[in-house]
Amino acid sequence: MTNGCAVELIGVNKWFKTFHVLRDINLAVASRERVVICGPSGSGKSTLIRCINGLERHEQGKVIVEGQELTEEVGQVEAVRRNVGMVFQQFNLFPHLTALENCTLAPMWVRRMPKKQAEELAMSFLERVHIPEQASKYPGQLSGGQQQRVAIARALTMEPHIMLFDEPTSALDPEMIKEVLETMVELAETGMTMLVVSHEMGFARTVADRIAFMDHGEIVEDATPQEFFNNPKSERTKEFLGQILR
Amino acid sequence: MTPRPPPHQPMPGPIEWLRENLFSTPLNAVLTLLALVLIWSIVAPFVQWALIDAAFEGKSREDCLRREGACWPFVIERLGQIIYGFYDGTERWRVDIAYLLLAAGLFWLTFPRLPGKWAIGGIMLTAYPIAALIMLVGGVLGLPQVPTERWGGLLLTLVVAVTGIVASLPLGILLALGRRSELPVVRWLSIAFIELWRGVPLVTVLFMAANMLPLFLPGGVTINKLLGALIAVALFSSAYMAEVVRGGLQAIDKGQFEAASAVGLGYWRAMGLVILPQALRLSIPNIVGNFIGLLKDTTLVSIIGLFDLLGIIQAGTASAEWATPNTAYTGYVFAGVVFWVMCFGMSRYAKHMEDILKAGEQR
Repeated sequence: MTNGCAVELIGVNKWFKTFHVLRDINLAVASRERVVICGPSGSGKSTLIRCINGLERHEQGKVIVEGQELTEEVGQVEAVRRNVGMVFQQFNLFPHLTALENCTLAPMWVRRMPKKQAEELAMSFLERVHIPEQASKYPGQLSGGQQQRVAIARALTMEPHIMLFDEPTSALDPEMIKEVLETMVELAETGMTMLVVSHEMGFARTVADRIAFMDHGEIVEDATPQEFFNNPKSERTKEFLGQILR
Repeated sequence: MTPRPPPHQPMPGPIEWLRENLFSTPLNAVLTLLALVLIWSIVAPFVQWALIDAAFEGKSREDCLRREGACWPFVIERLGQIIYGFYDGTERWRVDIAYLLLAAGLFWLTFPRLPGKWAIGGIMLTAYPIAALIMLVGGVLGLPQVPTERWGGLLLTLVVAVTGIVASLPLGILLALGRRSELPVVRWLSIAFIELWRGVPLVTVLFMAANMLPLFLPGGVTINKLLGALIAVALFSSAYMAEVVRGGLQAIDKGQFEAASAVGLGYWRAMGLVILPQALRLSIPNIVGNFIGLLKDTTLVSIIGLFDLLGIIQAGTASAEWATPNTAYTGYVFAGVVFWVMCFGMSRYAKHMEDILKAGEQR
């Protein structure tokens, strides 16, 4: 095990029934590193990052998060999740709670923080994503971009060491993508370890330390943005870039 | 851009409304008139019987025999029994207190302005049933014991219904979660329990609880008939409640549980804080539908010799003292009205709750 590794996947395999979604995945993400994972739909990108916080079970290989191997044990998985934040494509905000309550839920019930302190913490993160004025609104009253920023704030209130983003801008209208990406760039500037599944190549180019390209459950290419865009090694990467950059 | 108001739409007057909705075509006009004739031919004789021809004052069957219509003196004279059953006359204040506390609790929960909804709701579901039980059974705190054989009428109906309601919601939630559990044993047991109770008519269950269970128990052990009925009703209705709650749970997106898990909430907290509040809100109409069904099903306890509201009225109509052609009808109409008021009240209350909760979410 490498020192300073935030996330390490070693020989990970997973099947959905008979469909082989992840094939011999090896990926190491250092602390403070930002990795963007891209690839065609159905290539296993989302499944890969969902294995990191145990939302999906891998069947073979090892997933190691901050030196702890993910096992089947419930308490251990929950411990890992406390240090790993996640942002979903569909936001998955809790519709029966206000933006503020969405952000105080975990601090109060997982970190056992008093309500007042949790609210102060939540407000500080809502300020960081630039929507403190929406704190008392319900998710249904917010735009998609605002909802996704609340979702980012909600994940941050657990003060995680690692953030996972599962296509955070794919469900957004074009004019809202920018505000979410800007929030993510700001987060990257704080030195957060980030794994981002995204098709936003502009974001990948400017923010990522590495880009991993997946196809048919395999990591086909794992390179710096420079290498990835200018000098891709595999044919499949070239084809993919040809399609999305055009 | 200056905001433009929507175009003015005049409110239709009553004449226009009638023309538009009831007499828009010749066929509609004919149907409207037919419906009116039909309604009139049912309502008019009923009003004639229940009010105009009815006896209101009097002390005995003779007073009713002189009139053609309903025999209200019967209901008035038996009102004590209808409300309290055979509960000892000097101890009826205890029932009054139980009724009063129930009414106060429900009143408090009805008005959104009053604070402490959760606390009051919690008390009504936990402390109240226990306090009411002590109050009604007695035998402690210097209260003389009143055997359950003496309970009856509205008292018995409410005891069975409230017990069923209070027990079936939490049990039903647990069974619904159990049925969706990933643990095979828990899931199978939940399915077996739910399907067993849903597959058997309540009458059969009550009959078994009252008459067959004592045969299996060792000699000398007797089971209180009311207790048997309460347990039967609670388990029976929890099976139905489980399916209603399961429907609500299924409507919640999988992403909600994933998001709750991802912020570190374990199974029970994710369920209690995120999934169930949403699922139960969706299920309110069906949950209340179940409660209403349960309230009406309490009349079935009469087959094991308990006298609920309907049973006690029925028993009264059979007595020679009040034998008139109209006594039975009057009793049934009265029982129907009482049940209707309770059920309609529940239904309206559920609607009101839904509106409040909806307003909170969407505004």
